[in-house]
Amino acid sequence: MKKIIASAIALATVSVAALPATAATTLDTVKSRGVLVCGTNPGLAGFAMPDDKGNYTGLDVDVCRAIASAIFNDPTKVKFIPLNAKDRFTALQSGEVDVLARNTTWTQSRQSELGLMFTNVNYYDGQGFMVRKKLGVASALKLDGASICVQQGTTTELNLTDFFRKNNIKYSPVTFQDADQTVKAYDSGRCDAFTTDASGLAAERVKLVNPSEHIILPEIISKEPLGPAVRKGDDQWFDIVQWTGFAMLDAEEAGVTQANVDAMLKSDDPGIKRLLGTEGKFGQTMGLTNDWAYRIIKNVGNYGESFERNVGEGSPLKLARGLNQLWTKGGIQYAPPVR
Amino acid sequence: MAGGIVSQVSKSGSSDVSPAKPSLWYNPEIRGYVAQAVVAIVLAYLFYEAFHNARDNMLAHHMPTNFNFWNNIAGFDISQTLIYFNASTSTFGRAFFVGLLNTLLVAGLGIVFATILGFIVGIARLSSNWVVAKLALVYVELFRNVPLLLQLLFWYNAVLRPLPSPRQSLALPGGAFLNNRGLILPNPIFSANAIWLWLALALGIAVAYFYRRFARRRQAVTGEPGQVLLVSIAALVGFPVLGYFILGEPMHLTFPVLRGFNFVGGLQVYPEFISLLLGLTIYTATFIAEIVRGGITAVSKGQREAASALGFSHSQSLRLIVVPQAMRVIIPPLTNQFLNLTKNSTLAVAIAYPELAQVFMGTVLNQTGAAVQIVFVTMGVYLAISLITAMIMNVYNKRVALAER
Repeated sequence: MKKIIASAIALATVSVAALPATAATTLDTVKSRGVLVCGTNPGLAGFAMPDDKGNYTGLDVDVCRAIASAIFNDPTKVKFIPLNAKDRFTALQSGEVDVLARNTTWTQSRQSELGLMFTNVNYYDGQGFMVRKKLGVASALKLDGASICVQQGTTTELNLTDFFRKNNIKYSPVTFQDADQTVKAYDSGRCDAFTTDASGLAAERVKLVNPSEHIILPEIISKEPLGPAVRKGDDQWFDIVQWTGFAMLDAEEAGVTQANVDAMLKSDDPGIKRLLGTEGKFGQTMGLTNDWAYRIIKNVGNYGESFERNVGEGSPLKLARGLNQLWTKGGIQYAPPVR
Repeated sequence: MAGGIVSQVSKSGSSDVSPAKPSLWYNPEIRGYVAQAVVAIVLAYLFYEAFHNARDNMLAHHMPTNFNFWNNIAGFDISQTLIYFNASTSTFGRAFFVGLLNTLLVAGLGIVFATILGFIVGIARLSSNWVVAKLALVYVELFRNVPLLLQLLFWYNAVLRPLPSPRQSLALPGGAFLNNRGLILPNPIFSANAIWLWLALALGIAVAYFYRRFARRRQAVTGEPGQVLLVSIAALVGFPVLGYFILGEPMHLTFPVLRGFNFVGGLQVYPEFISLLLGLTIYTATFIAEIVRGGITAVSKGQREAASALGFSHSQSLRLIVVPQAMRVIIPPLTNQFLNLTKNSTLAVAIAYPELAQVFMGTVLNQTGAAVQIVFVTMGVYLAISLITAMIMNVYNKRVALAER
């Protein structure tokens, strides 16, 4: 019943509030509102999680803070709307949020059928499984007959079906509405295994009663390119979100960090000059100021810094860069140049 | 309200009309029609605008506006299904029916159990036994006043979750097991000629029905009461059991055995279903108990005194005099409770039972993005279920209502 009401409200929002949104550009709306509205995960360690003062931190949160920095030169001008996996697309479609940065997998149908555009990939992930050590299971192929806890409305739910069908293994899914319930059900023994993106497994394991009693199985059963998404039909807004991501990568590649960005303003390197806006008018073409990327790096840092701080060695998750390393260092994170 | 506004506007607008000449405005009948027509046109226009505005906006946002998704392959699994559902071949449309049937299953069983429990508790509240009456009172007050959602979470998280894991299952009598994956019962397997068993059961029902009619008529003529209960039980049990042996045991039970992680070979009742059914039954039964108590106290005391003066036993007077009259008071509010129970089953989204709201407004909505269509279909379905339930109850109400001659 609660969901019906929520959906009815969303429906009313679509039918009433969305018309003005199509008239003005998203950038104008954000500027006149004075704050960016960002749809985010209600609580996924490393990606989006409020601290004890209610400030959100995480890799996805940094995407929103970077966009706010580019527009307002102030990373705090973001209003975070925590969204369930199940409600996230409706919230973006209806205009409730300006951008969705919520560890969301880029898929063909989400782009072609849901009217969304994924701008870039801020984390290359893949789906894995977590089980209790005492079960003595070393491979996901040994999960015949297992009950598996999974969150509803995710690509995870579909990959799980594919994987077990392909390998002709029986299983019984238990699908929950939000991530917390899913993890709690697994922790209390309702399921033999818990599945989500590998980064999510690492993040959720920290929250279990006894993290050391659980292992993450070696199989990665899917490609999960996670990234921010915007509504279709506003190319300028798409550009801003996409190039915010690219600027953070380009900065890392060029060695521009939060600490040295002021010194880098005096750099003679033409690539750095274009990036930081000391040369050319690249920001203006997107409706921003020319120092847009400088603001991002000054306020949030480059991609590598954001990664290490939130999910890498500087965080409890201690995830390796892996695929998310720059292309120059053996990974696949690659951004087109600012020129 | 709207009529009032229209009449006020017309008054101020027609102030220049000379009062001597009777105007059409002062004809109350015509005025009424005008007001109604204006309201109807405004309403129709609002609906038209809302529909087109929604459609235009959905198109502008590249949202699907049709039902093409209905026949697409679902690609996700559902744990508890009453009909065949296969992620690789079944469609979103079939997922809708899986959800609908799960809703009907839990609502149907909930209504039956809540009615039985409600009647027992309602009568217990009127018991002359102090302990029984107070126990019933405590039960009603406790479960009526705690929100249903909390009760569901309680049954699911606090009662069923802490049960032992499958390898340490509690063995129940009759080859059943209870663990944190649910209740695993022996599974009845029917062979091809088991259809005759059902026919034997149908025969038993028919015999019981006709004997009851016969016994009533005979009692009306001769005053001699028949053994309706005894004969009914004999027919209902006797025919299937007889058939079972004549046909060479066309049904056998497979007992669950622990293999790998879980039990196989048994009929598994999932904890999500059990907690939802428990929660709905126990919560709704409290309201039904109060309705039953109210209905019984509404029957005047003289009726019972007259029954006992005529030599009816206590149970006879309750069964033949009090309850039939109480039903007239009970049925209308009881219908409300049935509707509430069905609608409350959507709270299953909190505990992962795959009923209509969970499957269709959850996974299907998310995978297809057709939010508007799906919300409308779901609301329509609950409306239809409620109207059908109310219709059936109204028919029954007519039968028990006081026959006015």
